[in-house]
Amino acid sequence: MTAVGKSVARKDGIGKATGGAQYADDLVFPEMIHGRTIRSTIPRGRIKSIRYDFDTTGFTIVDYRDVPAKNAVDLMSQDQPFLAEHEVNHMAEPIVLLAHEDRDTLLAAKVVIEYEEEEPLFDPEKSTLSFKDIDIVKGDTDSALRSAHVIVEGTYRTGHQEHVYIEPNGVIAVPEEGGVAIYGSVQCPFYVIKALRCLLGSAHPNVRVIQTETGGGFGGKEEYPSMIAGHAVLLALKSKRPVKIIYDREEDMVATTKRHPSIVRHRTGLTKDGKLVAMEIEVILDGGAYVTLSPTVLSRGCIHAAGPYNCDNVRIRGHAMFTNTPPNGAFRGFGAPQTEFAIEVHMDRIADQLGIDPVEIRRMNALKPGDRTATGQTLRDDTSAHMVLEEAVKRTDFARKRKEWKGTNKSIGISLFYHGAGFTGAGERNLKSKARLDLTPTGVRIAVGSTEIGQGTRTMHAQIVTDALGIPYESVEVAQPDTSRVADSGPTVASRTCMVVGKILEECAHEMKEKLGGLSPADYYAKNGAISVERMYEPPDWIQWDDDTYLGDAYATFGWGCDVAELELDPDTYEVKPIKLTAVQEFGRPIHPALAQGQIEGGTAQGLGYALLEKVVMKNGAMANGQLTNYVIPTTLDMPELEVVMMENPYPGGPFGAKGLGELPMDGPAPAVVNALRALGLDVREIPATPELLATAPSI
Amino acid sequence: MQFRLNGADVEVGAHPMSRLLDVLREECNLTGTKEGCGEGECGACTVLIDGEPVCSCLVPVSQVEGAEVLSIEGLGGNHPLQKLFMNEVGAQCGICTPGMIMAALTLPDDPTLDDVKTALAGNLCRCTGYSAIYRAVLKWKTNEIQRADATQEIQR
Repeated sequence: MTAVGKSVARKDGIGKATGGAQYADDLVFPEMIHGRTIRSTIPRGRIKSIRYDFDTTGFTIVDYRDVPAKNAVDLMSQDQPFLAEHEVNHMAEPIVLLAHEDRDTLLAAKVVIEYEEEEPLFDPEKSTLSFKDIDIVKGDTDSALRSAHVIVEGTYRTGHQEHVYIEPNGVIAVPEEGGVAIYGSVQCPFYVIKALRCLLGSAHPNVRVIQTETGGGFGGKEEYPSMIAGHAVLLALKSKRPVKIIYDREEDMVATTKRHPSIVRHRTGLTKDGKLVAMEIEVILDGGAYVTLSPTVLSRGCIHAAGPYNCDNVRIRGHAMFTNTPPNGAFRGFGAPQTEFAIEVHMDRIADQLGIDPVEIRRMNALKPGDRTATGQTLRDDTSAHMVLEEAVKRTDFARKRKEWKGTNKSIGISLFYHGAGFTGAGERNLKSKARLDLTPTGVRIAVGSTEIGQGTRTMHAQIVTDALGIPYESVEVAQPDTSRVADSGPTVASRTCMVVGKILEECAHEMKEKLGGLSPADYYAKNGAISVERMYEPPDWIQWDDDTYLGDAYATFGWGCDVAELELDPDTYEVKPIKLTAVQEFGRPIHPALAQGQIEGGTAQGLGYALLEKVVMKNGAMANGQLTNYVIPTTLDMPELEVVMMENPYPGGPFGAKGLGELPMDGPAPAVVNALRALGLDVREIPATPELLATAPSI
Repeated sequence: MQFRLNGADVEVGAHPMSRLLDVLREECNLTGTKEGCGEGECGACTVLIDGEPVCSCLVPVSQVEGAEVLSIEGLGGNHPLQKLFMNEVGAQCGICTPGMIMAALTLPDDPTLDDVKTALAGNLCRCTGYSAIYRAVLKWKTNEIQRADATQEIQR
């Protein structure tokens, strides 16, 4: 092999480092005007009147009456309007759109909206409207709890988290011959197409979406771009001019999606020597005002809620609840960081209560090949919980540090975690993703809708095709995602871009190789002209899943991780200074080791921010600290030393043995940090563990 | 208003209170300088004014009259630090990269890891966790010193 497994030159070229790469806000079209969104300033109520308190000459104004077909963002449900009609359900809900060629004039325009206010609902536990309920049953938890020697209970909470991609959301809608083109910062171009078809109907059949260079996504540009693209298109159709909408940081933070806050309750039965016999778990997610992706976030959260442990009797109940806050949505990890935080802190509390070492309790219960998960999935040989645990413990000299640092302000904590790769259950089978390879005069071109958002899609896909086809890496090019020109390879989410889309590309390359019949791409092209190969994803045939009972093979494979956090606590200010984080992770095998390491380091940084710094303060249903001044993500000075250990345990169904990786690193840091704080005697069951929280935390 | 931009004299007609960021991007058509927050917190819009790193979203253009402004475009496309940001994966999504590179240019010779962290403390990156950025910057500085040593060797 010439490319896979090596940190080859990236297909991005040099543009990101010269300023030449074109992001949405860098693009200018002739006659382009600027768009702006007027949003609700109350969390719940009815719209009484809208008054335009400015000279409207030269303005394009759009409200719900301008929607050509259906005023609904078509995602899992069609409950969320592009523009509120008579009622608003959350702060910063879009109501009216304005466009003008002069940005200052546009920003100065004043729209006065009068409301009849209604009592908002902010507490998900008081909500009576559930977007999704899940009940996973394995064995008989009730009787197992009755016979358990020890029962440990606990409630764990996690807050919102904001994505803070450094490039805010932005799109440009450009009217073109017979339709409209959308250029934008998006993770999932075909999601936008689906939403626009619903919005525009059959009168406007020709819409296409072109992904511009995208300045980070992390899930925040999974579903939300459908909304902003719809807005830009409505303004463009009415004004008949290109319309650019770029959110400023505050609008992006206040109005767009965040990670779901969670409340997770555990009731666990054990034998007196620490073997799990029953796990009863309740997961409550705050969904916000519309369904968006909450059902699937809840699903992934619940499936991961029992952690990487073997237990014969498990009951997991989950609810994603309506509240009058902006909808929460996709964020790297997708429900699993919340529930894995809870189980991993709970495991340390169990260890404390039984007087067992935190490593030993994990060793005793961690999943092995042949064990069955909560959904009844029998794990295969690519199960590595014990391997990553032992490596992390050895590498960090965990036992010695734990003992030696007792009584000091230094501490060490551990977390063991796993993450299912690809869509849940029958998801990949239903998705029917496709990938295409086109022969070019000099090689081949990859034509997929999977987006490069920093994680290395272009490069990693090209490496897979290079080796599967046996041609030089330099002769493989990657098409810019344009929905009119590339195959719909499914959304760029769920740690599926390498494992699933990479696999289809590997098969395309094998078929292409056969077609070339021993000729080089250039020779074949010169002789016969262009050909293409398109294939659809076939998940492994052994995958069985029942969407009603939530039983079966939830994921084709899992990545496995063990994080060890070393930190120091300031006893006066309760500030936590992380010293080192060791991340041991197994994800099949790395296609591009440097990019893979970057995923682990970056995900770990986001996990540390989630653990310690990133507090979304909600006031009257809106984020009150919607600025980078007071919503703090890790800077260079907040980050500890990171040691990354990449272990291999190939997944036979992945390209060259690769599993998914993007989300796994997000699951481990928060519980490792909180478990280190627990070892200092602070009973912390919530994140972010800010100094304010720690100062009031009970002692153990 | 006149100033020097990437080594050439420029004259701009923008309002004196216009943000330098907007003047660079919209009047000078240099879109390599990025806006991440508009409030001087993220550093994506970092340029050098007379050699000092500043957030161009906080600087009224009138303040650079007669000054020397260096933006990412002033480095061309062959600066070793640019290549190292790509090769070491110090750039993932790339939106913070121009500002990050501009801030790194101000580092002294032979910097420690702490020097690098301090120099880049005003530049946020959400993708990398910074480790790969340190690798790129330290490798650049090490190579630079090796090259300087080699030159001295020849001169001696």
